[in-house]
Amino acid sequence: MKRIFVLLTLTALLATGCVPSGEVPTTPPPLLDTGIDPNAWAEVPAGEFLMGLHDRETLVDYDYEMMVTSVTNAQYAEYLNQAVAAGTVKIMDDQVVGYYPGDEFHGYEHEKKIEAGDWLHVPLDDPGLRLDFDSTTFAPKPGYENHPMVMVTWFGAKAYCEFYGWRLPTEVEWEKAARGTDGRPFPWGDEIERNNANFYSSFDLFEKIVGKQGDTTPVGFYNGKVYDGYQTLDSPSPYGLYDMAGNVWQWTSNVYEGVHYRYMRGGSKADYAYNLRAWTRNNAGPDYFSPNVGFRCARDK
Amino acid sequence: MQAISNRFNYLFRSTKGLVLVAIALISLVTAIWGTLSGPMVEWGVKDVTVRLLGMQLVEAEREGRIIMLYHTIAMAVVAIEVYFITGAVKMKKHEQATINATITAGYLTSMVFGLWFAYFGHNFVFHGLFLFGQSLVFFAGILLAAALWPWRKEYRVRDSAYAHGPGGIDLERVAFFTMTVATLGSAVFGAVTGSYWGNGHETFLAEDLIREPYKTPLQLAIIGHLHIMLTLIAVALALIIGRWFDFKGILHKIAMPLMILGTIIVTAGAWAVVPFRPIAHIIIYVGSVMVMLAALMLVIFGWNKLIRERLAEQGIKKATVWQGVKALLHDPLKFGSLWQMVYMNFTVSGVGIFMAIKLDEIFRVWPAREERIALTGHWHILSGIIATIILLYYADLAGLKGKARRWFGWLVILCSDLAFGAVTVFSMKRLFVSESAQQPLVNWTMVLTDVGLASVLAVLAALMLWRLIDLFKKEGRWAQELAEAGLATPVAAEEESISDQEVA
Repeated sequence: MKRIFVLLTLTALLATGCVPSGEVPTTPPPLLDTGIDPNAWAEVPAGEFLMGLHDRETLVDYDYEMMVTSVTNAQYAEYLNQAVAAGTVKIMDDQVVGYYPGDEFHGYEHEKKIEAGDWLHVPLDDPGLRLDFDSTTFAPKPGYENHPMVMVTWFGAKAYCEFYGWRLPTEVEWEKAARGTDGRPFPWGDEIERNNANFYSSFDLFEKIVGKQGDTTPVGFYNGKVYDGYQTLDSPSPYGLYDMAGNVWQWTSNVYEGVHYRYMRGGSKADYAYNLRAWTRNNAGPDYFSPNVGFRCARDK
Repeated sequence: MQAISNRFNYLFRSTKGLVLVAIALISLVTAIWGTLSGPMVEWGVKDVTVRLLGMQLVEAEREGRIIMLYHTIAMAVVAIEVYFITGAVKMKKHEQATINATITAGYLTSMVFGLWFAYFGHNFVFHGLFLFGQSLVFFAGILLAAALWPWRKEYRVRDSAYAHGPGGIDLERVAFFTMTVATLGSAVFGAVTGSYWGNGHETFLAEDLIREPYKTPLQLAIIGHLHIMLTLIAVALALIIGRWFDFKGILHKIAMPLMILGTIIVTAGAWAVVPFRPIAHIIIYVGSVMVMLAALMLVIFGWNKLIRERLAEQGIKKATVWQGVKALLHDPLKFGSLWQMVYMNFTVSGVGIFMAIKLDEIFRVWPAREERIALTGHWHILSGIIATIILLYYADLAGLKGKARRWFGWLVILCSDLAFGAVTVFSMKRLFVSESAQQPLVNWTMVLTDVGLASVLAVLAALMLWRLIDLFKKEGRWAQELAEAGLATPVAAEEESISDQEVA
């Protein structure tokens, strides 16, 4: 019987030794220029599209625009510097917080009150944050400038978009922008390959650094370019948006009756490929933050 | 020809042969379809399987495929339990033969054509056959209920050590009967909803509906269906294991009424999810507690019996605690079948109760995908534990003895519990570690899960291989088991012998 224990322990140790430790990296990742402009916007024309797992015909009767990529650390750092100066957000107890007027409460089972007041936008003391703050100025951590902003709550995402006069996309807007009108499950088509997107165990460059759950990849990374010998597939959505599947979940704007949760789309670096299908939903409270959650903005045309 | 006929009789007419076929098929399905998810995807095995077998996997059909896969495996598991029941509970020979034949035809049809439809292109004739197979399984259930009818005079209890009601009605038989009827009703609960498919009901996985403030009655019916079916499979297994241990005495007399009432109440609770959702959970809790108490009585009885019998074998009259523990652990197959029921409390019931109590405070603060992992982990473990108990019981029936028995038993117990424990920690990881720092914990739990499950599958493969090789022997264990089942005639055996000589 002792042999079994020894065998099991050895196997476990050997197998564990095959994967990186997964701790937060101490050395910065290489800064990779993807050539995709995070300030660019893509137009999504009005019209019907097939929505959800069961392809329900859904009409969006207006044109709109969405950011081509997720908001980056550099963009969010710049925003925080401006927003603190403008007084729309403030720093309190290692947190960036800002005012939210609250949700209408309906008293449904499991519904939580979201009251008017200051709510968390970004925690400053979590190792998952890719921003530095020297008590006066925010800056992206070296190497993470063009990676998507993470560790941002729904409040923080909404505040960013509204600061510039934009908004978070609704779920309908998000899904249409991701899959176009032909009912495809992924932004680029019907099937997913490892070098289409950043997902769990997709073996991208950054998984070598931090393990299978990986790190974020720079926005627009999967555009057909070769990075340090790693060939990506060009994977935009039909309207030219990048990273609409994988890398980070993206907050959407809807506030539904009876639930306090906010919904996220797209799947992330920590999810299996099936979570990257365009209709897959995730949700959490609006004050939730994670190294796997970011956002992008939308605006009317 | 006689050789083939004898082996066919063994595999498709004797209880042990039928169980062997079903376990072998489930193993095969698990081995092949297991490559489509988890680490096998990461290692690229999925791509090989899909290419080699010509599977046609459409992304939007993943949910439907999984539902059909679950059903094909569940039908085979139900068939195994039915074989155990018809083999262990008194009934007429022709009833046993008819029930076994019907359910075998049912689960085989459903498995072959269900998987064909789901994974190899959509021929709707196959879908029809998948449903037809399930209907046969249902019909076998009706036959079983009729055969188990507890109010027949010939089935009255004659030994007062067993739980009995007025006039000597066998309460254990009533428990089997109640479980069977409850299972039939609960199957209808799912089947009715299924009949609305494409006409008000759309394919979904229950775990994707968590946090939806409004669920349709059809969705609620499916949620109730899947929960109660798994529960009733567990109830049936507890009753079967009770037969194996010859459960009797005062604990039996307390346990059987609890099992009967608990089964009725927990089933009513699951059905009540549709019309009386706010109180359904309370009803389910009451029923579950009763069923679990009955199972606890069985564990106490069984372990006590194991200790008593082993000490008597050793001639020890006054044992020390250590001798008692050694006696308890002497036979891992019997000890393990009950230990797995206890372990279930740590990894399934305990976690489930904790989740229910702390739902809003903890689990609904996590993102939905984390709560989903906790839920799916929870019932995968329950299914896994049920499977290991079946395996331990089957290994005893298959005649594992000596070192092989001990190695098989302990490997199944330790490796499966290692895997189930690791999955529990993985699914509850947010309690111990933040998302930014979870990678080492994820790595460890994944490795332990993979090692544990792979080891269980390896010993299962060894058991199957042993029985497969045995089938090629003229006078293998199978022939002995065929004779025990009263299905081999001396003439047949002689003919086979002659036929083999001719071949030689």
